[in-house]
Amino acid sequence: MADIFSGVVIVATLSSGIRLAVPLLLASLGEAFGQRSGVLNLGVDGIMLLGAFGGYYTTLKTQSPWVGLAVGLAIGLFLGLLSSVVSVSLLAEQGISGIGVYLFGLGMSDLLFQRLVGTPLPVPSFQKAPIPLLSDIPVVGDLIFNHSIPIYLAFLAIPVCTYIINRTRFGMNIRAVGENPEAADSQGISVTRVRYAAVTIGGVLAGAAGAVLAIGLGIFQQNLTNAQGFIAIALVYFGAWRPIGVMAGSLVYGMVSAVVLLLKTRGIIPLGASDLAAMIPAVITVLALVVAARRFRAPTALTKPFIRGG
Amino acid sequence: MTQLLEMRGIVKRFPGVVANDRVDFDLRAGEVHTLLGENGAGKSTLMNILYGLYQPDEGDVLIEGSPTPITSPIEAINHGIGMVHQHFMLVPTLTVTENVAMGAVTSKRGRMNLRVVADRIRELSESHGLAVDPDAYIWQLSVGERQRVEIIRALYRDVKLLVLDEPTAVLTPGEVDHLFKILRQMAEAGRGLVFISHKLHEVLALSDRITVLRHGRVMGEVTAQEATRETLASMMVGRPVRLAPDKPPLEPGRARLTIRNLNVMGDRGLPALEDLNLSVREGEILGIAGVSGNGQRELAESIAGLRKPTSGEVEVDGTDITGSKPSVVRDAGLAYVPEERQRDGAIGAFSVSENLILVNHNQAPMSRKGFLRNGEIRQRSRQLVDEFSVVTPGLDVPASNLSGGNLQKLILARELSGSPSVLVASQPTRGVDIGAAEYIHDRLIEQRGSKSVAILLISEDLDEVLGLADRIAVIYEGRIVGEVDAEHADRQKIGLMMAGVSDTGD
Repeated sequence: MADIFSGVVIVATLSSGIRLAVPLLLASLGEAFGQRSGVLNLGVDGIMLLGAFGGYYTTLKTQSPWVGLAVGLAIGLFLGLLSSVVSVSLLAEQGISGIGVYLFGLGMSDLLFQRLVGTPLPVPSFQKAPIPLLSDIPVVGDLIFNHSIPIYLAFLAIPVCTYIINRTRFGMNIRAVGENPEAADSQGISVTRVRYAAVTIGGVLAGAAGAVLAIGLGIFQQNLTNAQGFIAIALVYFGAWRPIGVMAGSLVYGMVSAVVLLLKTRGIIPLGASDLAAMIPAVITVLALVVAARRFRAPTALTKPFIRGG
Repeated sequence: MTQLLEMRGIVKRFPGVVANDRVDFDLRAGEVHTLLGENGAGKSTLMNILYGLYQPDEGDVLIEGSPTPITSPIEAINHGIGMVHQHFMLVPTLTVTENVAMGAVTSKRGRMNLRVVADRIRELSESHGLAVDPDAYIWQLSVGERQRVEIIRALYRDVKLLVLDEPTAVLTPGEVDHLFKILRQMAEAGRGLVFISHKLHEVLALSDRITVLRHGRVMGEVTAQEATRETLASMMVGRPVRLAPDKPPLEPGRARLTIRNLNVMGDRGLPALEDLNLSVREGEILGIAGVSGNGQRELAESIAGLRKPTSGEVEVDGTDITGSKPSVVRDAGLAYVPEERQRDGAIGAFSVSENLILVNHNQAPMSRKGFLRNGEIRQRSRQLVDEFSVVTPGLDVPASNLSGGNLQKLILARELSGSPSVLVASQPTRGVDIGAAEYIHDRLIEQRGSKSVAILLISEDLDEVLGLADRIAVIYEGRIVGEVDAEHADRQKIGLMMAGVSDTGD
């Protein structure tokens, strides 16, 4: 039992924490785009589940995790567009409509799994791609530079998203539309187009998050995400709608999950308490983020559909 | 002069109303053409049609002679039309530069070159005397500065035609003068300006031509030279209007409202009133003049019991009510017409009759042993609605359905029904149509004549204060910086005091 404090175990646990953070990171980065534009998408978890099943099933059939990931993205794209139609064009109540997408994703992914696969067959996962030289650095090399490519890409997405949101015309339009859609509209920005794009990006990233989760584990089961999509939504709030804040939250969640997993496998947390233990990461993540300084405000037009002259 | 714009036979219907009824309007390069009318006359609707925010049901829009349907703001912008809306179209969390760049073409492949935009803003702000920091966030700016950003945005886009919807509503008299100078400059540079307003002296000061709208129809078009305040007012209202009420001579009695060394904190924990002293006698109207935000709201609230003073005394009819609850203050004889009538003066979702008994519903005869007596309430409300000519479809409709003027009459009816000894009226006619304003003024004069009420009139409309008050106290940064008899009041001197230049005692 004492060996859990050994260097090797600590590095392995932290490294698995980084892996566990990735689906949440992708989903919440995507959700941040939608929310910045004023659209709350509560359906993230449903999109993740369908992306997860699509990615898993494709990988099972093609034996290529990359084709699986591509299918996950495509499913996310489709469901993102569908969510946009509902929230932006049909002006649905955003606190409700996303729950429909979630329930659809939850039920549909399980139904397809039961019909098409039945038993949880394992699929090949992404290969580890240690970065030459950097991965040879003691401790840090193993911790940070010895992961699969999707994990690098997910972390690379953080500065990219920050740049898009803060430094590009598209990002400025997203912020404008989320804060004051009337003003954006009056200056010739199409509120509808910007919100469609932002919500669809959110869908694509949620689909990717699901696929990376399932293929990373090499397995699918009912409710695989275990409500990570909802945690992602919470992370966007607590991460103050900023990619860097969202990353911090995801990492806390991933690390706590990894530690809980370690304690469970070592029998330190008894089997009987494992359901209780399963909620620890979520609780700690939320607490950590609540405690973090709250200097930021939600986008003013969040959850408010836009109608010209309305 | 080139014809920039012609709108022909514009009709726009909304459920239940015709907002624009065959309206003709035109604009030439180099002129300021004013659209004048009361709230709801259809001025903003017409300009929202021009800007592509609404589609007309009938009629044509011609830009430089050719018919041009405008179906969205993008097209309006592309035709060189700019609009400074009454509610600023700015994103508070973006910088000045970002707001100016928003929607305009300034980028190559999505990347923005905001530095170029910022440099241009600096140039424009210097050449036009529009001081503004391009790197400031909008939320950090005062309303006056925000308006400058809107105007700079129009200049940045080099608009040919600029619409300004009630641009002076949020400005101090000095800022208005400055704005008018800039607008004249813009017109002289060959742009066409549409000025929307209901303030007569401003309209006369700025315009070349004036088109008056009433109930969605054009009542006439006049040049500024041939118009007077009186002719314009009667065109707006449709009947002759008295702009200043007749006032019988002052016969004040004893002091009913006395304020001594009052100190009050504002919402942000900074002093809002400092050592303020006032006394109002029955049969007298004391007017508080000042630019918005100099402690007027805090003064009214600390008299009404809505804000606790840190020190000092407030006496209503001989009772010390300093720091007392509103109900105690009301029992002492205070009636209060608050500045924010929708928020503080009435409950929008409650019916007209419920709003009329808000302050005395727990007393006989409105209720007995905790039960409301509907018969009494209806009878009383009916009487008040008739007495104060509140125009309402019924006693049971929600108060939020009433127009600003009628809601204000309702509040006045309720407040005066308790035979108060002190009346505090804050901005009693702000945003109210001329007819209702005239009515409210008459009622205040009538109360003054009853010689049993002391009236404290707090208003940012200097004309109103000059027209109604017997004495005028000027408030600046929470202090009374001067007090004058209305008879000897000098408009310019009061204007200076409002800007913080104290009386030199010459």
